Amino acid sequence: MHALTAGLGLKADHFQEALACRAPGLWFEVHAENYLVAGGPRLAWLEAIRGVHPLSLHGVSLSLAGTEPPDAQTLAGLAALVRRIEPALVSEHLAWSRRGPHYLPDLLPFPRSGEALVTICAHVAEVQDAIGRPIAVENPSHYLTIDGHEWGEIEFLAEIARRTGCALLLDINNVHVSARNTGLSAERYVDAFPAGRVAEIHLAGHRADPALGERLLIDSHDTPVAAPVWALFERFVGRAGPRPTLIERDAELPPFAHLLAERDQAHERLAAVAAAL
Amino acid sequence: MAPASTLDDFQREFAAALLGEAISATGRALAAQPGFAVYRNTVLRGCIDALAANYPTVATLVGAEWFDDAAGRFARSQLPRDGSLAAFGQGFADFLEGFEAAAALAYLGGVARLDRAWTEAHLAADAPVLAAATLAALPPAQLLDAVLVPHPAARWVCSPDMPIFTIWRRHRERAPLDDAIDWRGDGGLLTRPGGAVAWQQLGACAAAFLDECAQGRPFAVAAGRACPAGSAARIDTWLPALFVAGAFTRLGRPQP
Repeated sequence: MHALTAGLGLKADHFQEALACRAPGLWFEVHAENYLVAGGPRLAWLEAIRGVHPLSLHGVSLSLAGTEPPDAQTLAGLAALVRRIEPALVSEHLAWSRRGPHYLPDLLPFPRSGEALVTICAHVAEVQDAIGRPIAVENPSHYLTIDGHEWGEIEFLAEIARRTGCALLLDINNVHVSARNTGLSAERYVDAFPAGRVAEIHLAGHRADPALGERLLIDSHDTPVAAPVWALFERFVGRAGPRPTLIERDAELPPFAHLLAERDQAHERLAAVAAAL
Repeated sequence: MAPASTLDDFQREFAAALLGEAISATGRALAAQPGFAVYRNTVLRGCIDALAANYPTVATLVGAEWFDDAAGRFARSQLPRDGSLAAFGQGFADFLEGFEAAAALAYLGGVARLDRAWTEAHLAADAPVLAAATLAALPPAQLLDAVLVPHPAARWVCSPDMPIFTIWRRHRERAPLDDAIDWRGDGGLLTRPGGAVAWQQLGACAAAFLDECAQGRPFAVAAGRACPAGSAARIDTWLPALFVAGAFTRLGRPQP
């Protein structure tokens, strides 16, 4: 298998081009939930892509920080999908999205308490047991100041990794957005992030809140990766070495060639870092 | 010192604030921060976008502003239960049929049912398609007792008085809408014979036959009920098309 360098989110509109593309190091990521289906063309597309490219399954609904265990049906579906697709990477978020019977389609925040740590570790372990392999847990975007944090986010993620054996997914756009929204230093965050645990990097675009402007950045995934995020990426991989890096674009989808050019930019950075090692 | 708020307390307050329910001072303080609107908008937008993706014909017919309003009301009343939003909106057709602003659009519920049928056909399990030859090869007695089991991806929707399939199909096929529509009931069959979802017009007899088959009734009973003697639409005028469409997956035994 070739080494994963920079990848792209797989979109149905780009299926044929994705299938045909042979860019070096290319891989694709999908939201696992979109493929938790009984059958039909979606799974057939995914298997066709898997035939030529490594795939990453990115979960959005396991609600690791929720008070209830991950939904059993979702977990069983994910385990079956992992067996079928044999992905290179599996990941989820440090967030919650379920409450009772309801799924709230977002990645919601919580106080990083000792109780939350124990709860999340149990859920990560449950997911890893179900799919028979480690997952990578992603740092979320922050928009609020929350009382009751007993842990810094980096120490919290590192402790989850230590207790469960999971890897980490460093979303550098989330670092930039969160740092701006909550008044922290993004540079200090990427410098302190436990590089040895990082299995994957996400890069994405954001935009300023329509009403509040630059005071509130939104992790919108609908624009190209911004210059400060590229700079943080170079800073991190310069220290940590290359990691599989995803250009995450979910809305205002440009032509495939534009996304591929953005991906190539990440690929070249990673190749340069690898060559320098 | 007051005991620290638990994870459960925090999430209860947060969810209530998101959904505009009664909240305590903790929830009010969260919701008062400008960034809280990002979560509120993302949750609602996620539901509305999923409904727009799953009900594209309805969305085209009514326009974005009308659709967003209706979808937002639906989402607030019936939040998603499944992390896979590809199937979100099961009750949307019922909702539209009871939605005051849609009262003048009597065909909208039926069109929504066809959009839903497409989604269900698209996501359904893979299964073999039953060939007409298999049925034809049976001795007459076995033929009459055989049950035609509908394919997991087969869906059919009919309206007694609204041309829902004609309207739906013209949007799906981007066919011109200026042709006069014959304003009476019709229906459609959606199947997945070659991998992709396909559709065709379905007459009342064929639809009734499929309903009977889905109930597990044997061929002779289903045909007799769906197509009474002297009926205008003889079975040989519509049954072969059901096989060609891949409406059945296998022969089953009659349900007791």
